Amino acid sequence: MQNEDRNRLRLLAIVPGYNEAGMVARVVRDIQRQEPLDPGWDVLVVDDGSVDDTVAEAESQGAMVIRHPFNLGIGGAMQSGYKYALANGYDVAVQVDGDGQHKPEYLPVMLDALRTTGAEADMVYGTRFRGDPGYKVPVGRRAGNLIFSVVLSAITGQRITDPTSGFRMVNRRGIELFARDYPHDYPEVEAILMLNAHHLRIHEVDVRMNARGFGRSSIDYPRSAYYMAKVLLAIFVGLLRRRPVPMDAPPIELVEEEPPPASSAATAGEGGTS
Amino acid sequence: MSAASQVLGAVGDLGVQARVIAVVGTVLFLVLVIDLVRRRRLVERYALLWISAAILLVVLSLWGGGLRGIADGLGIRTPVNALFLLGLATVFVLALHFSVAFSRLSEETKILAQEVARLDGEQRRLRGTTLSGRTLVNGDSPEPAEGEGEKSPERSET
Repeated sequence: MQNEDRNRLRLLAIVPGYNEAGMVARVVRDIQRQEPLDPGWDVLVVDDGSVDDTVAEAESQGAMVIRHPFNLGIGGAMQSGYKYALANGYDVAVQVDGDGQHKPEYLPVMLDALRTTGAEADMVYGTRFRGDPGYKVPVGRRAGNLIFSVVLSAITGQRITDPTSGFRMVNRRGIELFARDYPHDYPEVEAILMLNAHHLRIHEVDVRMNARGFGRSSIDYPRSAYYMAKVLLAIFVGLLRRRPVPMDAPPIELVEEEPPPASSAATAGEGGTS
Repeated sequence: MSAASQVLGAVGDLGVQARVIAVVGTVLFLVLVIDLVRRRRLVERYALLWISAAILLVVLSLWGGGLRGIADGLGIRTPVNALFLLGLATVFVLALHFSVAFSRLSEETKILAQEVARLDGEQRRLRGTTLSGRTLVNGDSPEPAEGEGEKSPERSET
């Protein structure tokens, strides 16, 4: 099951974008240039209520765009992407920030890790903190990261060195899980807990990142306090909660209008699990 | 004395002025609530909550015996403090209830927005159009012009 021909995998890059004009076109182009080229990466830009030219820029590069009628926040945008991936039969979905922080050049490496470690990994994510992060990460950010890292590593029983990294690639099981349930804001840490609760396996790949495309980090000081409190509460409550949505729940009613062109997509996913 | 004063409670609880204020205030409040329902600014479900809460509080402020009983039960010396406590507790519970309702609404709103976005994307895919041509923001165009105005140069999907 795990040795699907690489060229038959349907690959989707989800690019959440909120007022990322000036950046998003380049991100889309960079993704399209990555291996494998043959079917290649489809790019979905989820426009989260932008008021600038994000949509036009993305479309000019041939990306599919879906647009929220108003801003839902990063969690809602990502979940829209996963719902799209699920409805359209994608085998792999990767999230790449629209602000240029994530370097698409790592996509092949991540995809290889997802495939070659197929028996062990349902999600591969790029970590900045096992080596050189590639840019100067603010101290506060690093400290917060360390706290989450310690807590998550303890809960999951494996080292999670960069729990706030949003550079993530999942297989079909990950897509199904996230399409059904995805945290609202600051979703990265909680998403790892969700994977863990469903016994989906996580694998790390070393990456470097760019500092945010624009100077504005999405997290400043008043917010970082909220961030810490919110995520720690979510972790704590998450431990008390039974699995958010059991993986064997009946599929959500996402209509599949178009049967995938190749008949191969139907059986992918659901591979040999326990 | 009379049955009336028996019902209205005895000295030491709430003075006459306080009771008048409680009754007048509650009546005004009830009128406001009912008017909001009349103008469809408030659904009956929440109106009932507020009406019940208001009635409960005004009954307790009039019926000294009941209030004193509750105060004794709670171990509160001054009955009027029991009234404050109950009023505060009622407001807390209502506020929590609304937070729960807001949470549910925001979840539902999120799902709706995602569905709208998905359907919108699906429709554009079927029509072979893009968003870029549009000038109206946030999809509030009454009806996209049929056939023209949205044609896009190229779509390279599938």
